[in-house]
Amino acid sequence: MAVIFQKPKALTDVKLHYCPGCAHGIVHRLLAEVLEEMNDDKNAIAAVPVGCAVFANKYFNFDAIQCAHGRAPATATGIKRVHPNKLVVTYQGDGDLASIGTAEIVHAAARGEKITTIFINNGIYGMTGGQMAPTTLPGMKATTAKSGRDPKINGNPIRVCEMLSTLDGPAYIERVSVATPAQVTQAKKAIRKALEIQKQGLGFTFIEVVSSCPTNWGLTPVKAMEFVREKMIPYYPLGVYKDITAEEGK
Amino acid sequence: MAKVLMKGNEAVGKAAIEAGCRYFFGYPITPQSEVPEYLSSELPKVGGVFVQAESEVAAINMVYGAAGAGARVLTSSSSPGIALKQEGIGYISNAGLPAVIINMMRGGPGLGTIQPGQADYNMAVKGGSNGDYHDIVLAPASVQEAVNMVMEAFDLADYYGTPVIVLADGLIGQMMEPVEFNYVCKKELSPKTWALTGKGDGEKHMVENLVIEASECEAWNQKHFEKYAKIEANEQAWEEYLMDDAEYAFVSYGTSSRIVRTAISYLRDAGYKVGMIRPKTLWPFPVKAFDKWDKNIKKYLDVEMSMGQMVQDVAYACNDKNKIEFYGRTGGIVPAVDEIVEFGKKVMGGDK
Repeated sequence: MAVIFQKPKALTDVKLHYCPGCAHGIVHRLLAEVLEEMNDDKNAIAAVPVGCAVFANKYFNFDAIQCAHGRAPATATGIKRVHPNKLVVTYQGDGDLASIGTAEIVHAAARGEKITTIFINNGIYGMTGGQMAPTTLPGMKATTAKSGRDPKINGNPIRVCEMLSTLDGPAYIERVSVATPAQVTQAKKAIRKALEIQKQGLGFTFIEVVSSCPTNWGLTPVKAMEFVREKMIPYYPLGVYKDITAEEGK
Repeated sequence: MAKVLMKGNEAVGKAAIEAGCRYFFGYPITPQSEVPEYLSSELPKVGGVFVQAESEVAAINMVYGAAGAGARVLTSSSSPGIALKQEGIGYISNAGLPAVIINMMRGGPGLGTIQPGQADYNMAVKGGSNGDYHDIVLAPASVQEAVNMVMEAFDLADYYGTPVIVLADGLIGQMMEPVEFNYVCKKELSPKTWALTGKGDGEKHMVENLVIEASECEAWNQKHFEKYAKIEANEQAWEEYLMDDAEYAFVSYGTSSRIVRTAISYLRDAGYKVGMIRPKTLWPFPVKAFDKWDKNIKKYLDVEMSMGQMVQDVAYACNDKNKIEFYGRTGGIVPAVDEIVEFGKKVMGGDK
C-alpha cells in the first residue's frame, strides 16, 4: 500500500510533552517537514531555549544544543561561525527571546548573523506556569498580573518583528500564525523561505509564530485558537516585515 | 623560534593562535582590551573569526556554541566581566565542553578598580556559577608562563572536556617581557565525534544541559566528579623555590609570587631559611607540594593581592590552620618588596 502521509523523519519517535492545543507540536512538525523537503535535516543544527521547548532537542531528529535562557542567538552565532555551511536555527519562546534574551536577539539580528530564528509568541510564560510575558496583551491575565496586564503598572508588550525590521542586518522577517489551516500552510512557506535565504548566506532571518497556550490562558484548545485569531493577531498583525529578496527584485 | 618582546595581553592572544584556536568572542574591558584588539586583526589573517559580542554574557554563550561545534575557542575578560560570564561558564562546565577563558584580574568587588588584583581566586577556584563543578585554573607569574599556560589550557580543555581558566592579572596583561612560542601538544587527544556538525548520514549529536530527573542529574554530576578526581590526581602543578633547607615557606601565586621571590633573596641574605611553594594550578590546588614539604615547615607565609582567599586551601593542604600567617594588599594595590620582607621577619622572629 502506498504511503500518502507520514511523520517527518526529521522528528524522532519521542512522545511530545506539550499540552493539548499547544502550537509547539505544529511548528516542530513544520520545521521538520521543511528541513526534510530541502534534504537539509542532515545539515541542520538547532539551538533550543529554556521554556516549554527546552526538550525540542529530543524531538528534532537533527543536531541540537540546549542553551541558557535567552542566549540561543549567541550560542547559534558561535555554532554558525564554526560551521558557516550548516543551517543553524534557534527556536525560542517569548520570555526567552523578548525578555531575558532581548540583547542577544537584537544583536544577532543587527550583525546580520546568518541564522534563522523561529519565535513562538503565545503571550505567557508556559513552563513556569502562566506568569506575565513581554508579549502578554494589555488586559490579559497572568499569575504575576492577576487582574490583567495594566500597561501603567506592568509596562507595554513588545512587537518584535516591527522592532527588528528597523535594523539593517535582517534579510527576512515574517509574522505568521497556525490558528487556521491556511495559516499553517503560510507558516510552512515562511519557514522554508527563511531557511533558503540562510542557505544563500543573505543574512539574518526571523519567523514569529503567533501561538496559543490553552493551559495558562485557561481556555480550551478550540477557544485558545479563537483567542489567537480575535485578540492576538490584531495586536500582532501577520505579514512580511522585511524581505531583501523582494527589495532586490524591485 | 627567537624571543620577541610582547605585551602580556597580546602574547596570550598569539599563544591561542599558535595552539590552533581560530575563534574568539569577547567584550572590551580594562585591563585586558588588548586581547580582543590584537585578535581582531590577527585571527582573520589565519582564517579565524573574531566577534565583538554585545555583552560578556553573549560572548561566553557564543563560546558555548563554538565549543559545542567542536572548535578550539577563547574568550578573555577582567574581573567584573568574568563575573558576568559565570552563567555560561556553568553551562559549558555542565555540558563537559572544552573552552579557554582568560581573566586579567583587577581589584574588586563590583566595578572595583582597574589596577591589578587577585581577588577572583574564589570565583575561579570555588566556582562562581551555580551547582557542583570545577574548572581547571592555571596561574601564570610571567608573560612567558602566561603564553605556555594558554597553550596548555587548550590541550587540558580538550583532553578532559572542561573549561580551563587562565587566571592572570592586569600587571601580567599590561607588562612587556621577551617571549617565545613553542606549542607542542602533550596530550593524546581523541577526535571530537560528539561535536555539532550536522548529523550527515550518521546519528544526531546533542549538547545537553537540562537533566530533569533528579536521579539522572545526580549521576550526571557524579560523572563530572570522576573526571575531577582524575584531574586532581594528574594535573597538580607548582614551583618549589629554595625549599630544600627551608624552615618557612611562602605560598604565593602569579604577580604576588614575583615580589615574594625578591623578598626571599633579602630574607635569605639576612639568614632566614625560607623558600616558596608557588601554585601553578589553583584548581586542582597542589596539595602534593605540601605533603612533600610539610614536615620541614614551621610556618607558611601566604601572600596575595586579596584579603586572603587562598588561605583556606593552604590550611586544607597542610592540615593545620594555625600554621598559616597571611599578608595581603587588595583593591588594586601591588605589595612592595619591603612590606613582604617586614612581614617575613615578623613571622620568623624579628631581625637576626
